[in-house]
Amino acid sequence: MILGLLPPAGGRLEVFGRMPRRGDPTIGYIPQRPGFDPELSIRGRDFVGLGVDGWQWGVRLVGRAEAMAAADASIDSVGAREYANQPLGRLSGGEQQRLLLAQALVGSPRLLLMDEPLSHLDIRNQRTIVQLIREVARRRGLTVLLIGHDVNPLLPHVDHVLYVAAGKIAMGTPDEIITTERLSEIYSAPVEVIQDSHGRVFVVGLEEETSHPHA
Amino acid sequence: MLDVALPLTIVNPTPSWNPLEDLAVLFHYDFMVHAFQAGTIVAIVAGSIGYFVVLRGSSFAAHALSHIGFAGAAGAVVAGLSPVVGLLAFTLGSGVAIGALGNRLRGRDVTIGIVLAWTLGLGVLFISLYRGYATEAYALLFGEILGISERDVLVTLVAGVITIVALVTVYRPLLFSSVDEELASAKGVPVTGLSIVFMAILAVAVTEAVQVVGVLLIFALIVTPAAIAIRFTSHPPHAIGIGVGLALLFTWLGLSIAYFSPHPVSFFITSLAFATYVGVRLSEPVRRALR
Repeated sequence: MILGLLPPAGGRLEVFGRMPRRGDPTIGYIPQRPGFDPELSIRGRDFVGLGVDGWQWGVRLVGRAEAMAAADASIDSVGAREYANQPLGRLSGGEQQRLLLAQALVGSPRLLLMDEPLSHLDIRNQRTIVQLIREVARRRGLTVLLIGHDVNPLLPHVDHVLYVAAGKIAMGTPDEIITTERLSEIYSAPVEVIQDSHGRVFVVGLEEETSHPHA
Repeated sequence: MLDVALPLTIVNPTPSWNPLEDLAVLFHYDFMVHAFQAGTIVAIVAGSIGYFVVLRGSSFAAHALSHIGFAGAAGAVVAGLSPVVGLLAFTLGSGVAIGALGNRLRGRDVTIGIVLAWTLGLGVLFISLYRGYATEAYALLFGEILGISERDVLVTLVAGVITIVALVTVYRPLLFSSVDEELASAKGVPVTGLSIVFMAILAVAVTEAVQVVGVLLIFALIVTPAAIAIRFTSHPPHAIGIGVGLALLFTWLGLSIAYFSPHPVSFFITSLAFATYVGVRLSEPVRRALR
């Protein structure tokens, strides 16, 4: 809806004071995906370049150097230069996610929209991607809106949470929402919020069926 | 294009191994000149669109288009029309239908295969209804590049220019939606419309390529050169360039070898394509080790 792909079922939605529209340059987007096709033969650099002007008709006749410079700057800002010239399909999940981030950032958006950015990554990559997103957001003053099934790797970094579960929603700061009582109430199922020796907060479903919290 | 019988009466010439002399012999007959002209146009078109076919994972759809086109061409012959008309109508129709399915096409191989088998059956029926059975069917299935008239070359040229212009026009958004349809859609690319346009361009390209290699061997000119190209580069303009170069090479070499031999052109074009692909795949571990 924010991207202008779907109309809201009811009510009114504004993005930076405007009606949502497709191709809004103020929004960078990373769709949910189980990784690119391993046979996909396009360089990461050309893929990020498509984020500059990939929706325009024709071939890039003028401004090629500017477009590639913008792509390179974006690739450098997420630390993906090393593998930017390799085919996208051959890269690891974490590398692909960095290039997707570079692609989303290339137009200097104000809002970064991410659908399950961590879902296909291992624990180490989840941590580095979350830290990268936070660092980029702080540096550029970006608003980041992300969806995740597993809240634990995200919890230390988020300012607000919106829980949607079983038709109920709850919104607020993590301190308000992420408590054993509130979450058990939202999910209508026993959920426990625990704190480890480092003060980190974890959300744990007490039964197998309830271990899929939505953040 | 398909209504001229193979010039079998020509005594097979032998190469003198003097390149200039051989080239003079090669271009001595009009039919060879026309074959080279049409072959060149088709190779450029097939090589360019091939990259997108491979990138979008729609090589089976390309194959299906040509088979469905076979039924159309055979039907047109029965109806007393030019086979090209039927070929184009059927490939365009099915291309637009497949394109409208968009990326949902992935995993629909079974459905396409079922439709494909049925249309081939239809084609066989149409061919059997027509008296000129053997030569027509043979030309459609395996190509008939040596029977191309000057007018056919002109038609091929016009169709070729249209496909290239169309491809250049949609180049960037097509590339974008081929890599990531959802992302492209969010950026305002009309992905479904583009998918239909792409399949329509492909339908025209397939119709052209059928003249050279026939419906059964379409892979050799559209898919194989691009499949080889992407093993060398993942920069799209380079991959397209290499694909076109290889398609041209296969066509020119195939035509030249066939001229000096009693065997069909299609065999040489497809064999060159196949041998190159196998060679490239086999040499990959060696090239990787050398790096």
